[in-house]
Amino acid sequence: MITARNMVKKFGHFIANDHLTFQVRKGEIFGFLGANGAGKTTAMRILCGLSAPTSGEISVAGYNVYRQKEKIKRSIGYMSQKFSLYEDLTVRENFRFYGGIYGLPRKRIRERTAYLLEKLNFSHAIDKKIAQIPLGWKQKLAFSIAIIHSPRIVFLDEPTSGVDPITRRQFWEMIYETASREVTVFVTTHYMDEAEYCNRVSIMDQGRIEALDTPARLKEKYQAANMNQVFVQIAR
Amino acid sequence: MAAVTVDHISKHYGSTAALRQASFEVDPGELFGLIGPDGAGKTTLFRILTTLLIPDQGQVRVRGYDPVGEYRKLRRLIGYMPGDFSLYGDLTVEENLDFFATIFDTTIEANYHLIRDIYQQIEPFKRRLAKNLSGGMQQKLALSCALIHKPEVLILDEPTTGVDAVSRKEFWDMLLKLKQQGITILVSTPYMDEAGLCDRVALIQQGQLMKMDAPARIIEAFPKKLWIAKADHPYRLLLDLREWSDLAAVYPFGDSMHLTAHSDDLDETRLKQFLRERNHTSVEVARANPTIEDCFMDLMNQ
Repeated sequence: MITARNMVKKFGHFIANDHLTFQVRKGEIFGFLGANGAGKTTAMRILCGLSAPTSGEISVAGYNVYRQKEKIKRSIGYMSQKFSLYEDLTVRENFRFYGGIYGLPRKRIRERTAYLLEKLNFSHAIDKKIAQIPLGWKQKLAFSIAIIHSPRIVFLDEPTSGVDPITRRQFWEMIYETASREVTVFVTTHYMDEAEYCNRVSIMDQGRIEALDTPARLKEKYQAANMNQVFVQIAR
Repeated sequence: MAAVTVDHISKHYGSTAALRQASFEVDPGELFGLIGPDGAGKTTLFRILTTLLIPDQGQVRVRGYDPVGEYRKLRRLIGYMPGDFSLYGDLTVEENLDFFATIFDTTIEANYHLIRDIYQQIEPFKRRLAKNLSGGMQQKLALSCALIHKPEVLILDEPTTGVDAVSRKEFWDMLLKLKQQGITILVSTPYMDEAGLCDRVALIQQGQLMKMDAPARIIEAFPKKLWIAKADHPYRLLLDLREWSDLAAVYPFGDSMHLTAHSDDLDETRLKQFLRERNHTSVEVARANPTIEDCFMDLMNQ
């Protein structure tokens, strides 16, 4: 679903992404980890079609990141770490707005909104303004809206930052459930227990991918009890 | 005398209660953690302690001073590192530090010993504009600026949010060193695993302090027995465990599930049997000790 071969991004003399090579499979939950400033955001922006790489062969959902950026944008969902819903609009209006951006017909937007809210058990709040909704719910709504157009890949940038521990787990259940329907999930997090929930993780340091494997194999390789210890060894 | 006394503090924003009847004390020299998610009321509480917000009800004393009536005296005694970027982006590293020293009528040289360990890590970049520093370096500069007037009480609002696991560990190492110098430290965090580094913590959720004690004692007081379960397919394991009616709660924790039962007994053999019948492989079920996060979630459900 994502293929990157020798992906390089330079800003002047600074190499933000230094020959990244990795593949992400259909329906996989892929954890994209790394220290602050390691180059995760830069890579994610390229994969989302928002920034052109300096060099490398990269395709997302079968589209070329140099020539088919618009097609990529239509095939992916994106949820940023900063909360992206409109506070002054209701839940329904936010769904309609984002559905409209993706060019979904009205009827399809209504169907998807009803379906996604029912899955969340949140249908009763459809006419509430976002401003009145607790943070944990907002994050779950933002995720639902990121998949309103049934994307093949969804990118989640620190989706659970600051969220309470119960909601954080509910959020990961949504991720599991989404991936079980063959949607690819590409996620960043600073919670190392969440790294364990991924099928595979990559760990970046200073622009390079230093490790890439299943959490179990990484723990074995680095002789670590948990992913936190793996991360500290690599990013130190 | 307590370094900080908070007595039945409440604060509302419109009809939203940000803090409800919060009470606690912090001893001099203590490292006190306020643990809770976004929106729990941590920032509101710290803004009240730092004289920036007036509570609707209740009494506060910091070093014996009232943050409302005696804010001028108090501001000299506290160092505050807000959660959001608090530096001047268009000033250099050194200019920022000099600015904060000057407004407190002191100099970088006078208190350099306090910040040396931290500041030395960013000193090579002292001519760089603060806005061009990496997140980790900005955080070290912000801490240096909060310390440069030699405060007696240091208040840090989510210094490690959005910070990677390595930088988080380095930051806590710095805090433990500052504690050794006798500074009273109040720090808030949404990361439950940081609770264990504090002398005492308050667990806060929706404006309410749910529990307050030494982390080890909070864990001891966990009212239930806890088990962990592991298997090769965690998501399937989670869904199947939910069908086992003896269990009161099932939560993913890293590579395993944490389980509590309705009664104090869980028939491990029968549960393992059930999971094998559901085609799980590498099944493990065993007793385990709770973490602060287990305690937090249990309190949230009460």
